[in-house]
Amino acid sequence: MTVAKDADAVAVGTPARRAQPPERENPERENPVHEKAVHEKAVREKAVREKTRGSAWLLTVGLVVALLVLVPVAAGLGAYPIPTGDVLSSVTHRVGLGGSALGRVPESVLWNVRFPRIVLALLIGASLGCAGALMQGVFGNPLAEPGVIGVSSGAAVGAVASLALGLNFLGTWTVPAVAFVTGLATALLVYAMSRSGGRTEVVTLILTGIAVNAFTGALIGLFLFFADTAAVSQITFWQLGSLAQATWPKVLAVLPCAAVGLALAPLYARRLDLLALGERPARHLGVDVERLRIVLVLVIALLTAAAVSVSGIIAFVGLVVPHLLRMVAGPGHRFLIPGSTLGGAVVLLAADLAARTVAQPAELPLGVLTALLGSPFFFWLLRRTRRRQGGWA
Amino acid sequence: MRFPRAARPVPPPPAAPGAVLAEAEGLRVRLGADEVLRGVDVTARAGEVLALVGPNGAGKSTLLGALAADLRAAEGVVRIHGRPAPQWSAPELALRRAVLPQSATLSFPFTVEEVVRMGRAPWAGASREDDDVAVAEAMAATEVTGFASRPFSALSGGERARVAFARVLAQRAPVLLLDEPTAALDLRHQELVLRVCRARAHAGDAVVVVLHDLGLAAAYAHRVAILCAGRVAAEGPPAEVFTGELLSEVYRQSVEVFPHPRTGAVLVSPERGAVTAERDA
Repeated sequence: MTVAKDADAVAVGTPARRAQPPERENPERENPVHEKAVHEKAVREKAVREKTRGSAWLLTVGLVVALLVLVPVAAGLGAYPIPTGDVLSSVTHRVGLGGSALGRVPESVLWNVRFPRIVLALLIGASLGCAGALMQGVFGNPLAEPGVIGVSSGAAVGAVASLALGLNFLGTWTVPAVAFVTGLATALLVYAMSRSGGRTEVVTLILTGIAVNAFTGALIGLFLFFADTAAVSQITFWQLGSLAQATWPKVLAVLPCAAVGLALAPLYARRLDLLALGERPARHLGVDVERLRIVLVLVIALLTAAAVSVSGIIAFVGLVVPHLLRMVAGPGHRFLIPGSTLGGAVVLLAADLAARTVAQPAELPLGVLTALLGSPFFFWLLRRTRRRQGGWA
Repeated sequence: MRFPRAARPVPPPPAAPGAVLAEAEGLRVRLGADEVLRGVDVTARAGEVLALVGPNGAGKSTLLGALAADLRAAEGVVRIHGRPAPQWSAPELALRRAVLPQSATLSFPFTVEEVVRMGRAPWAGASREDDDVAVAEAMAATEVTGFASRPFSALSGGERARVAFARVLAQRAPVLLLDEPTAALDLRHQELVLRVCRARAHAGDAVVVVLHDLGLAAAYAHRVAILCAGRVAAEGPPAEVFTGELLSEVYRQSVEVFPHPRTGAVLVSPERGAVTAERDA
C-alpha cells in the first residue's frame, strides 16, 4: 500500500519544514555522532541509578546490622538485667550450637517474657512499616497511614468488640480475625470515600480519616459502656498500645496475618511504582489496576489487623518509616516495601525497649511513646506538603 | 522472587505500511448523561499521523480515550490491531498502544529517568540493554536527557510534558495516542514533538494526536479529522480539509486559510483585521 507515501506528499506540503536535512527527521537512528551521545548518556544514567541503588543497599545492610545488635541488647535489658553474652550463649544453646543454659530464673525471663515480646515487636513493627508503605502507594499520597486515616481504629473496633463481648469462636485467632474483618471494611470505606477522579486529595483523605476516627471512637466507647469491669480494664490498657502482655500464644495469634501480608507485599512493588503515574497511565502500561487495588487493600487490612489485635493502636510508625527511607533511597517500591518492613521492625523494637526501660520500674505505654515522637513529624510533613502544593486547593 | 505466569503477552508483529492499527466504527460514547461521541468513524493507519482537531468539548479527548480502551463504547466498536478493545487484556494492550495523557502527574518524587523507564514496564521479557537503549533514545529524542537525574516534581510544566512524552516513546508501542502533546511546550519543542511523531510514523507506527494549533496539524499530519459536537465534520489530508468556510463554521470564529507567501504551505489564522486596525489607529 502506498498510503503513507501519498500522505507524506500532502502533509509535508510545507517546503520550509521539509527543507530540513533528512537526518533531522529521525535523529536517533541515522546520526552516528548522536548515537554516540545517546550511548554516553546511557552510561552516565546507569551510574546515577547505581548510586541510588547503592544507598538502598547501604540502608538495608545498616538496618540488618541494627536489628542484629538490637535484639540481644533488648533481650538483656530490663527490670531483671541479663548480660548480652549470657543472652547469646542461651540462644546458641537452644539452637544446639554450643553455649550453655542459664539459671532457671534468667532462662525463664529470657524465653517466656523477653523473647515473645521482642518477636511480637518485630512482627508488629514490620507489619506497620509495610502497611504504611503499601497504603501510601495505593493512595498515591505520602500522608496515608493506617492510624491516620482510621483503618487502625476500624480494626480496633473489631478487637474491642470481641474483647468486650467475650467472643471466642476461633480460639486465640478470634481477635485478629474480627479485627481483620472490621479493618478491611474500614479500609474499603476510606478508599471509596476519599477518591475522586482517580486521585486522592490530601484534604479529602485527612477529613475522611477524622470522620472515620470519630465514628470508630464512638463505637469503641459504646462497647466499653456495655463491657464488664474486667473487660474494661483490659480494653483500656490495650487501647494505649502496649506489648507488655506478650506471650508465645499471642505471637502465634498474629503470625498468620502478618506472615501472609508481608510475603505478598513485595510482589506488587513494580506495579505500585507505575501507580504513581495515576490510574489510567498505570493501566496503559499493563497494570490491572482494579485487581491491584483490591489485593493491596486486603493485604493492608491483614497487616493492620495483625498489629492492632495484640498491641492496640500504635500510630505513626507506618508514616515515619517509609518517609525517611524514601527521602534517602528514593521512592522506588522495590526497596521501599522490604525496607519499610525492616525499618518498622527496628523502630518498634527500639521504641518498645525505650518504653520499658526509660521510666523504670514503671513502663510507658508504647502507643503513647510512638505518638509523642511521631506527631511532631506529622506536623512537619503537613507543612511541607502544604508548601509544595501551594495550599490545600 | 517471581511466580511463573500463565503466558507472557507477546508483542505484535511489525505492521505493513497502511495497515489499520486502531479504528472506531459508528462509535457512540456516553459520559454520565451526556452523549459525547455520536457516531464517529476514524482509522489510524501504520505510517500515518492522524490529527484530531476541533473546538473545546467537541469530543477529541473522549475519542482518544475510547481508542485507548479507557472508555467503553455505548454503541459501535473500537478495534485495536483488528480485535475489539474489550477483548484485550491490560498487558496485551500495553504492548500495542501507548497513551500520553493531557496532564502528567506523579505522586512520588521519582527521577526523570525512572519515570521514562516506567514506559518499559510492558516489556517484562526484554533485556536490560534493550531497556537502556529504548530509554536513552526516548530521552534524547525529547531533549530531556539533561535532567535525567532530577526529580520529576522539580520540573516546569513543559519539561514534565516532554518527560511524559519520552515515557510514551520508551514504551515502543505501534499505536501512539497523544492528547495535546504540545499544549505546555514552547515553539521549538512543539516542532520537536511533532517531528518525532512524523519519525515514528515513518518507522511504521500509527500516531493519533489531539492538537489545538491548526498550523501544526496542517504541517505535520498526514490526515486530520475535524470533530464538532461529537461527530466528524470532515476528514482527509489537511490541504483538502482545511478550508476557511468549514473551519469558520466549526469554530464559530471566522478563519482564514491561505498559502504561505514563500513556501505555499497551508496557513490557518483567525481573522483579526478589525482588532489590528483598531490598535494601529
